[in-house]
Amino acid sequence: MEKEMILHSLSWRFLTIAPCDAAEPWQLGSQNAATPIMQGIIYLHHDIFFFLILILVFVSRILVRALWHFHEQTNPVPQRIVHGTTIEIIRTIFPSIIPMFIAIPSFALLYSMDEVVVDPAITIKAIGHQWYWTYEYSDYNSGDEESLTFDSYMIPEDDLELGQSRLLEVDNRVVVPAKTNLRMIVTPADVPHSWAVPSSGVKCDAVPGRSNNTSIFIQREGVYYGQCSEIRGTNHAFTPIVVEAVSLKDYGSRVFNQLILQTN
Amino acid sequence: MAEIELKTAPADFRFPTTNQTRHCFTRYIEYHKCVAAKGEETPDCHKFAKYYRSLCPGEWVEKWNEQRANGTFPGPL
Repeated sequence: MEKEMILHSLSWRFLTIAPCDAAEPWQLGSQNAATPIMQGIIYLHHDIFFFLILILVFVSRILVRALWHFHEQTNPVPQRIVHGTTIEIIRTIFPSIIPMFIAIPSFALLYSMDEVVVDPAITIKAIGHQWYWTYEYSDYNSGDEESLTFDSYMIPEDDLELGQSRLLEVDNRVVVPAKTNLRMIVTPADVPHSWAVPSSGVKCDAVPGRSNNTSIFIQREGVYYGQCSEIRGTNHAFTPIVVEAVSLKDYGSRVFNQLILQTN
Repeated sequence: MAEIELKTAPADFRFPTTNQTRHCFTRYIEYHKCVAAKGEETPDCHKFAKYYRSLCPGEWVEKWNEQRANGTFPGPL
């Protein structure tokens, strides 16, 4: 009986089929990268981890050595060293060089994130509401009121179909083309929100009265899950974000069909 | 297969930062200045209209249109 229960819990922990690009139970690392920016973030994490391990090993060694050698039984009379020029130079120089090695790739990544390099092909506006997201595709408008707009609500637990993720699935996904430069404009209509999709490496604050821009270049087709990342009231946990990256051709026909639906 | 043209407001080097609020506002003003100068019918102003529609949240445009109608729009028109 107990064995069965353990097996059951293990299967829940490790044998769950990863639902596309969403968080998994007991996940420790990042989600798979879908954009060059996320790839960069993962590499930076690995770079920094190198120094982290280096420092950890070195400090642990000093600590254990000190505890060992200054133990009152093994060494009742400790040496009275109060000064050592070499060691003092080393422990001043190295800690000041290490942050530099961390800072250079970090700044390079940081500035590449908000650099406006190329003209985007599509602008999508994500508008945060309490408690859902509204998306506007207004590149194809001919008037002020005709934009392709839809709300994206979470699917409640009772309506979930088999295979859908609890608290992550929405009724209307944001459909975007893969391998295309996208401009996301993020703004709220009420309180601060934050539009975040981990595998795209995007987390963009939505500040009332201000529109923030972030660019995304999704490299592969897929469904990417994210959640609002700014605590803003009762239903904060129930406003997921789902981005569906499709081929450019499919995107064209989807948007066209939606436009026909809305204008008729 | 339905064809849609993939085109949007270009990157503007007056607004190179994350904050694009002014970008949207400026494009909106540019369009209305253009209309004031050249008249409603000229196709010259269409591109500015497309730009501001791409960049501005619909709610803002609605509000500004209302303000223009009431004569309380804060921008230089």
